[in-house]
Amino acid sequence: MNPIRTRADSPWGRGVGLRVGGLSWRVSPRALVVAVVFAVVAVVVSVVSIGGGDYPMSFGEVVRALAGRGDASTDFIVNQLRLPRAVTALAVGAALGLAGALFQSLSRNPLGSPDLLGFTQGSATGVLVATVLAGGSGLGLAVGAVTGGVLTGVLIVLLVGRNGAHGQRLVLVGVGVAAILTGVNGYLLTKAQITDAARAVLWLTGSLDGRDWKQATPVLVMLAIAVAVTASCGRALRTIELGDEGARALGVPVDRVRGALLAVAVLLASLAAAAAGPVSFVALTAPQLARRLTRSSGPNALPAACLGAALLAAADLAGQRLVPGHQLPVGVVTGLLGGGYLIWLLTTERKAGRL
Amino acid sequence: MTAPASRLTASGLTLAYDRRVITRDLDVAVPDRSFTVVVGPNACGKSTLLRALARVLRPVAGTVMLDGERISSWPARKLARTLGLLPQSSVAPEGITVSDLVARGRYPHQGILRQWTREDARVVAESMRATGVEELASRGVDELSGGQRQRVWIAMALAQQTSLLLLDEPTTFLDIAHQIEVLDLCARLHAEGRTVVAVLHDLNQAARYATHLIAMRDGRIVAEGPPAEVVTAERVAEVFGLRCRVIDDPETGTPLVVPAAPSIPAASDVVKVT
Amino acid sequence: MTFTFVRRFALAAVLLAAVAALSLAVGARPLGPPEVWRGLTDPGTDAYTVVHQMRLPRTLLGLVVGAALGLAGALMQSLTRNPLGDPGLLGINVGAAAAVVTGISFLGVTSFAGYVWLAFAGAGVVAVLLYGIGGGRGATPARLALAGAAVNAALYAYVSAVELLDTASLDRMRFWTVGSLAAAQTSTVQKVTPFVLVGVVLALALARPLNALAMGDDTARALGARPALVRGAGIVAVTLLCGAATAACGPIVFLGLMVPHLVRAVVGPDLRLLLPYSALAAPVLMLVADVLGRVVARPSEVQVGVLTVVLGGPFFLYFVRRRKAAAL
Repeated sequence: MNPIRTRADSPWGRGVGLRVGGLSWRVSPRALVVAVVFAVVAVVVSVVSIGGGDYPMSFGEVVRALAGRGDASTDFIVNQLRLPRAVTALAVGAALGLAGALFQSLSRNPLGSPDLLGFTQGSATGVLVATVLAGGSGLGLAVGAVTGGVLTGVLIVLLVGRNGAHGQRLVLVGVGVAAILTGVNGYLLTKAQITDAARAVLWLTGSLDGRDWKQATPVLVMLAIAVAVTASCGRALRTIELGDEGARALGVPVDRVRGALLAVAVLLASLAAAAAGPVSFVALTAPQLARRLTRSSGPNALPAACLGAALLAAADLAGQRLVPGHQLPVGVVTGLLGGGYLIWLLTTERKAGRL
Repeated sequence: MTAPASRLTASGLTLAYDRRVITRDLDVAVPDRSFTVVVGPNACGKSTLLRALARVLRPVAGTVMLDGERISSWPARKLARTLGLLPQSSVAPEGITVSDLVARGRYPHQGILRQWTREDARVVAESMRATGVEELASRGVDELSGGQRQRVWIAMALAQQTSLLLLDEPTTFLDIAHQIEVLDLCARLHAEGRTVVAVLHDLNQAARYATHLIAMRDGRIVAEGPPAEVVTAERVAEVFGLRCRVIDDPETGTPLVVPAAPSIPAASDVVKVT
Repeated sequence: MTFTFVRRFALAAVLLAAVAALSLAVGARPLGPPEVWRGLTDPGTDAYTVVHQMRLPRTLLGLVVGAALGLAGALMQSLTRNPLGDPGLLGINVGAAAAVVTGISFLGVTSFAGYVWLAFAGAGVVAVLLYGIGGGRGATPARLALAGAAVNAALYAYVSAVELLDTASLDRMRFWTVGSLAAAQTSTVQKVTPFVLVGVVLALALARPLNALAMGDDTARALGARPALVRGAGIVAVTLLCGAATAACGPIVFLGLMVPHLVRAVVGPDLRLLLPYSALAAPVLMLVADVLGRVVARPSEVQVGVLTVVLGGPFFLYFVRRRKAAAL
């Protein structure tokens, strides 16, 4: 039996018609507020993060420098040294949040995220192959990550098959592929030189150390494309969440929409991995938190992206400041936070009978 | 009305899932050698009551008594040799054959050192014969029709060799011919001397087969007794909220509920199809 | 009935013996059958050294660990009523691994006895957690598999974080976390066997009540079995088996998934047959994978954990594809 869940809609959470001339949209004020609030949080945290380090600056100084009105030395430190890292954090966080929202919506499962479905492991395999074969230069790692992630995506789609592309099978195939790749990764790690292995493990944990515009730009470009695609498919996606047959009956081209969104999500996840390594759990947690905050069941793409950016920026800040004298890679922080969140999610979802 | 003897009784039963109370302070007695049927609308607590009578659900308050002893103090094996339950939630293990599934009903009669006696084999064969599934013995349960599968499950419960048999909605998901087939089987098991308790959805089938009818609504027992006394037009309106006429079943003479003709809604109330 | 039973059992035993003999013969220095025999019996020869120092402990460990993992997989699938219940896939083995890594890195544990107890603790915690998730009403295979994958991911993140902070341990742990029999020693076999034996006895004793449990909790109760008690004992058995296996040779995935399915296809779903046959068939596969690992990448070796994944992963994917969506 399927329990039917209803949610007491407050006028606050419900969609509101927005009409301009002959055009009309439905927007949820609550979702919009959540998105804006977390976008602001993300920016503020980034500014604080830029202000920290060996050469501390006040909040005001950083803002002035960002606006191009600081003195020469702060301008250099802010805009040349620290801004790229902060922007990478925001872009990677937003990309992971959005990718996670899409994966969870497509798999109809709160745990469907690129880290659990094998895409991240595929990126890691690409990186390890690059490390073992080429010793692992910066560019090699990035190319390996994207190639590995995309190939894994193609493999999973082929294995799931055209007519079986519904949620459950996607999840199971993804879990299987993830397990296989984890084994392969372990093997590759034993084949590498110990110094290369240590570097690969650092990358595998996810880190933002020393990132600059070269890493941030591809993610930003992909993010723009992804937002456009998601916006145009959002309504269809919401319908697909109700089930393939129902969506087809409503005239949604289910396979095409799913294919397009899956491609976008895979590219987002792989480019994010190429930029910062497979930062764990952001893609899992951001959409879940977004769903709880907006109290709406849809994909919540925009709030999830903003939350992801805020989460990653905050985790990076925490990694820099938490242990004095040590810089923890951002992946360790998100891993620890995510692990705790995961246990909480598993227990509450189970109590609510949803898991 | 003098109360008939009852081996299985319950008094002051309050039953709940987590903190959601289903029934409160319920008294019930299952007459010996009766075919007792529990009816009522969806979510009235009939299956919950059956689960409590079989000790599958522990009551929040109140007691179930079997043969004069609290059912909670019965050892698990001994209880399973006295009272059988066929729950709704049974799962057939993948790839199991009919005879293997029926044989699993022998669990309470077996031990580590007594895994498969001649008696076990005899009872399993007899149970399959009684339910008419002996030709299916070596078939996989997965490949059977719904009616056949239900008879296999009943055979498994029969192999337990209990004098009391509790069945939770044995006819759900079956087509009408298979429903009658299963109910005829229950009636035969009853005629052979067992006390049978079943939860049923269909009021007319309940009225036709039961010797004792218990009508429930909102976790309370609204009426009980022989079907001819319980099934009246007022009662049906009270329990199910259905306007109806009760006539004599032309086949059996038992009460037959005929729902009142619907009042067709005005055209303006109907969503227009363009 | 009894005849097929005897025949199958004999077949399995012969197969096991053959694979064990192969495992004694194959390696960096291949031995012919007479040499293997001399290696086993004649203390004076080179072959004796090779067999007794390296290949015999390795083979015995493969037998013990394989049996443990096959049995644990069959138990887990039956406890969770879930065809995808594999201790490796569900994160139990990694739970044990994470506990061991913690011990190596933070507590300075170096003795094998220390590993074993840590591995039990880790496996036990994850098993209880998963039981909490997977034993509930309405838990579908996909949900359990995902929960397991999530646990796996979290623990892997933890393990790699520890490795990152402690490069000295990384060198040791990166081989161990893949799953390998190469470092087997007689003392390891001796220490791990008693735990596995207890687990095996417990598991086999549970076969009948688990049969009742396979038909649903209500039915099991109506038959006089006690689901909570049976599950509790089952988790203890899984913990013993997985903890011991993982402590001895690292986390190994898919063996526990694959073997019970293959065995079930032959002997059917009766756990009284399924459990013992799984315990016999799993070491066969384990040793085949290990022997293959010694051969495919000469002169170096591929760890057995990698080969079980490479062999078992496609099986898993085939299995998922073959089943209808409704059945999952």
